[in-house]
Amino acid sequence: MYQQAKRLYKLALCPVLMLLSLLSTGAWATEGNPQRWQTNMTPGVTEVGAKIYDLHMFVFWVCVVVGIIVFGVMFYSVFAYRKERHEEPATFHENTKLEIAWTVVPFLLLIVMAVPATSTLIEIYDTDDAELDVLITGYQWKWKYEYINPEGDNVSFFSNLLTDKAEIGNTEAKGSNYLIEVDEPLVIPVDTKVRFLVTANDVLHAWWVPALAVKRDAIPGFINEAWTKPTETGVYRGQCAELCGRDHGFMPIVVNVVEEPEYKAWMATKQAEAAEIKKLMAQTFSMDELVERGKGIYNRSCMACHGANGEGGVGKPIANSPIATGEVTAHIDVLVNGVPGSAMQAFGGQLNDVDLAAVVTYTRNAFGNNMGDKVQPIDVYNFKKGQ
Amino acid sequence: MGAHGPAKGLTRWLTTTNHKDIGSMYLWFSFAMFLLGGSFAMIIRAELFQPGLQIVEPEFFNQMTTMHGLVMVFGAIMPAFVGLANWMIPMMIGAPDMALPRMNNWSFWILPPTFLLLASTLFMEGGGPNFGWTFYAPLSTTYAPPSVTFFIFAVHAMGISSIMGSINIIATVVNMRAPGMTYMKMPMFVWTWLITAFLLVAVMPVLAGAVTMMLMDIHFGTSFFSAAGGGDPVLFQHVFWFFGHPEVYIIILPAFGVVSEVIPTFSRKPLFGYASMVYATASIAFLSFIVWAHHMYTVGLPIAGELFFMYATMLIAVPTAAKVFNWITTMFKGSITLETPMLFAIAKVFLFTVGGFSGLMLAIAPADFQYHDSYFVVAHFHYTMVAGAIFALSSAVYYWLPKWTGKMYNETMGKVHFWVSFIGFNLTFFPQHFVGLAGMPRRIPDYNLMFADFNMMSSIGAFIYGSSQLLFLFNIVRTITHGKPVNDDKVWDGATTLEWTVPSPAPYHTFSTPPEVK
Amino acid sequence: MANATQRNVIQTTGKLLVLVVAMFAFAMWVMPPLYNALCEVLGINGKTGGRYEVVDSAVDESRTVKVQFVAQNNELMPWEFGPNTSQVEVHPGEPAMVTFYAKNTQSHYMVSQTIPSIVPSRAAEYFHKTECFCFNQQPLDAGKEADMPLRFIVDRDLPKDIHVITLSYTIFDVTEMAAKQDSVAASK
Repeated sequence: MYQQAKRLYKLALCPVLMLLSLLSTGAWATEGNPQRWQTNMTPGVTEVGAKIYDLHMFVFWVCVVVGIIVFGVMFYSVFAYRKERHEEPATFHENTKLEIAWTVVPFLLLIVMAVPATSTLIEIYDTDDAELDVLITGYQWKWKYEYINPEGDNVSFFSNLLTDKAEIGNTEAKGSNYLIEVDEPLVIPVDTKVRFLVTANDVLHAWWVPALAVKRDAIPGFINEAWTKPTETGVYRGQCAELCGRDHGFMPIVVNVVEEPEYKAWMATKQAEAAEIKKLMAQTFSMDELVERGKGIYNRSCMACHGANGEGGVGKPIANSPIATGEVTAHIDVLVNGVPGSAMQAFGGQLNDVDLAAVVTYTRNAFGNNMGDKVQPIDVYNFKKGQ
Repeated sequence: MGAHGPAKGLTRWLTTTNHKDIGSMYLWFSFAMFLLGGSFAMIIRAELFQPGLQIVEPEFFNQMTTMHGLVMVFGAIMPAFVGLANWMIPMMIGAPDMALPRMNNWSFWILPPTFLLLASTLFMEGGGPNFGWTFYAPLSTTYAPPSVTFFIFAVHAMGISSIMGSINIIATVVNMRAPGMTYMKMPMFVWTWLITAFLLVAVMPVLAGAVTMMLMDIHFGTSFFSAAGGGDPVLFQHVFWFFGHPEVYIIILPAFGVVSEVIPTFSRKPLFGYASMVYATASIAFLSFIVWAHHMYTVGLPIAGELFFMYATMLIAVPTAAKVFNWITTMFKGSITLETPMLFAIAKVFLFTVGGFSGLMLAIAPADFQYHDSYFVVAHFHYTMVAGAIFALSSAVYYWLPKWTGKMYNETMGKVHFWVSFIGFNLTFFPQHFVGLAGMPRRIPDYNLMFADFNMMSSIGAFIYGSSQLLFLFNIVRTITHGKPVNDDKVWDGATTLEWTVPSPAPYHTFSTPPEVK
Repeated sequence: MANATQRNVIQTTGKLLVLVVAMFAFAMWVMPPLYNALCEVLGINGKTGGRYEVVDSAVDESRTVKVQFVAQNNELMPWEFGPNTSQVEVHPGEPAMVTFYAKNTQSHYMVSQTIPSIVPSRAAEYFHKTECFCFNQQPLDAGKEADMPLRFIVDRDLPKDIHVITLSYTIFDVTEMAAKQDSVAASK
């Protein structure tokens, strides 16, 4: 009997140890970003996130308790009623009272879980009275953020993966924010109810930031909404959560939650930048200025498909290509309007005229394409106008 | 039908209408598909062994996740259970064969060319299906590779095969039972399959409808799933999951049936709560029709819909829990021996229940906003699909192999297979709960360094689990070629069902005269 | 097999085949329209109904509702498209009108279709359009522009806790689709 008890004890220990390991290492950072050896959900930096976390832990503990009882009985039976110890099996095969009991008890447990679940869900759905609206659009494979401004022009920009191709290809060491870093993060003020309007440009995407407790599908043609009210400043990271094609794993989300004044200053800069772009449109640039600006744009927006040296990849090669060494207007046309039916997107709405002019100039004068000609923003502007 | 034996050579297999031959072909076919789908999984886990892209391109990675899912669900698990049904149902209900033997032959022979076609899409221009086994529009329509048309054709063909197989099973169970074999005397395995077959007949046509609408959108200019023409991509998800949720019970119910046979046999005690088992199975099947949108909590359902699907989904826990309690109470005060089939059955109950717990967590809609499409979901459904269905299949093969071949498998090798599978499986999928909760989305070929440790564990576990299946194959082949003949036709002293009353190996024709069931 | 059993098997098979056909028909011809009908009633995806006929013109002046407009171009749609007014405040029951600007920036004729979507979806059934460019496809010749009108009324029964309604329009290039439809219509 002692032997038996010892074996039973050992066996019962297994699941308990497994669960304890789950909880004791349940580490998360205050900033709510993934941590090494993290085993549990983050409560995040929002009230709703904390409620979701509590709900998750509550259901988890109910499962643990039920599991210990159920598996306890199961493993006890396996060990106590082995044939060598229990030669004569019992013959009972039903017990109405018992069967009713184990139907009713789980049902009551479910009701206990359903109550907080319902109230949290109602809160998640209450998107009214937001102080800031941001329109989020999923693209293959990047995000566009547009701040809705009731007084005038909306500020909008694209947010691309920043991680270097060399890190992904294992030729360079990976940084700590590998694959969860972007060139331009979404910036929102702390302690402010921000409403996200989520949609997609091409296929389904899903915008997910665990620390903000927001996950919403982005559906082309339709709009979804979600909201958050972060209580702590910080940088919060997430990823696209709906399979959206080749680079689904390479369209991260970074949200910068800052103090209200800092947000206002950032917004002012953004608006000034937009105004600056308008001014730049009328300006003429030197070859060096265009090439330098164009190189930055190329690395950010073109390199993924056309290669670091214009050698091509998913996209056609640019080095010695008939387009980059051909007629200027045709070259601008490809960038502005894209190539329907191919992976080449229309960048006319994604890049401003200054950037378009710069990148056209750059690709005409890099990778051995020594065309020597320049394209000015006004050329792009006139092209668009004349279409 | 005469009492003649099988024809000779290849013709026997091409033209056979014998339920045992067809059952064997289904089982071998599904094992081949299990290894194929498994090798896709090995490629996935090899790529995910470390952060960074090492082995495959993201495009091919997506094809691997898609094909892994499709092959495992439609090529491995479903045909394996149909194979078991073919072999066992006539013998369990005292029938001489299936009700529609010729159709039985067709429904099998559709499968090999279908999966050959599906696998060949990997070599076509633009590659094979890369939109996930759930093939959400518009990724699977407007944005799909050209091979999508072949994929649609393959889905149609396997749907037809499944429908024919299920009609056959229902026709057999309803009409061919031996005198005295009333419905409430049927073995649990037959019951679960009868209910499963009804589910299949009801939802496979819905899947056919979904892919037909895709086909029309792609080639005939309709707009079922495109907003531009007045359609809606979300409609696809509703149609798909209206099929898809019953589909997961199609996979799990026969597995419930298997453990309901194995546990009483090795506990030497009748199944506890037989009647409640039947009702629980039927209510799970019914509920499966009204919970589909719990796969779509983040899609923007109205809150009333969200609440309805949450409550309905949580309700499934009640009949499922009753089944688990029944199995455990069957073992309680039994006289238990732990041969390989029993080990797999106990592990199935244990691990499936773990998957049930994570399922309950996923049912909670607000929490699902964090779980959805993360690795937590991947962990959950592998606990239910692999531990729930494939462990039950392993159990069934060890349980009935002596009946099929008349020879005993190697018990030690079987136990090694079990423990290596058990450890490999848990090492693979338990850490996936963690990375999922920590924020790793599913279906990504590369990930942040913070997820690296658990992913490496997971990959190592997958290689262990994968290689243990080769041992399984070896054990089966060796049993057939070198196995020791069984001493007793009954093989397992605790077995009570009709198939154990015929000789082992089971003769080519059994129950040509129906047995008397008291 | 005894004849009686064979008859029964054929009967069972027949019934099951009917079920198969019925379920296929259900998926193909019942689910999509049923879904669309449910969408309009429940506001799934913020879908709105068709043209609304005004039945009662009383205005609830005790509260105002903010109506926001956003616009999206789908994938390769190159038109310039957006609201001329980014938001308006209206009383429930009061008719309002705004316009959207569209320009065909291309050197060829194109046809567009705009798809509306409203959040919160609860508000969709209370947002009535009496006139909308989204009811029809909008063709524009090369380089042409247009101001397209939207007239709407927010229902007086709009739940009191909704203060903001956002109306999003996504513009799609349906030039090819329209050409196909025309050729089908012509061949009939």
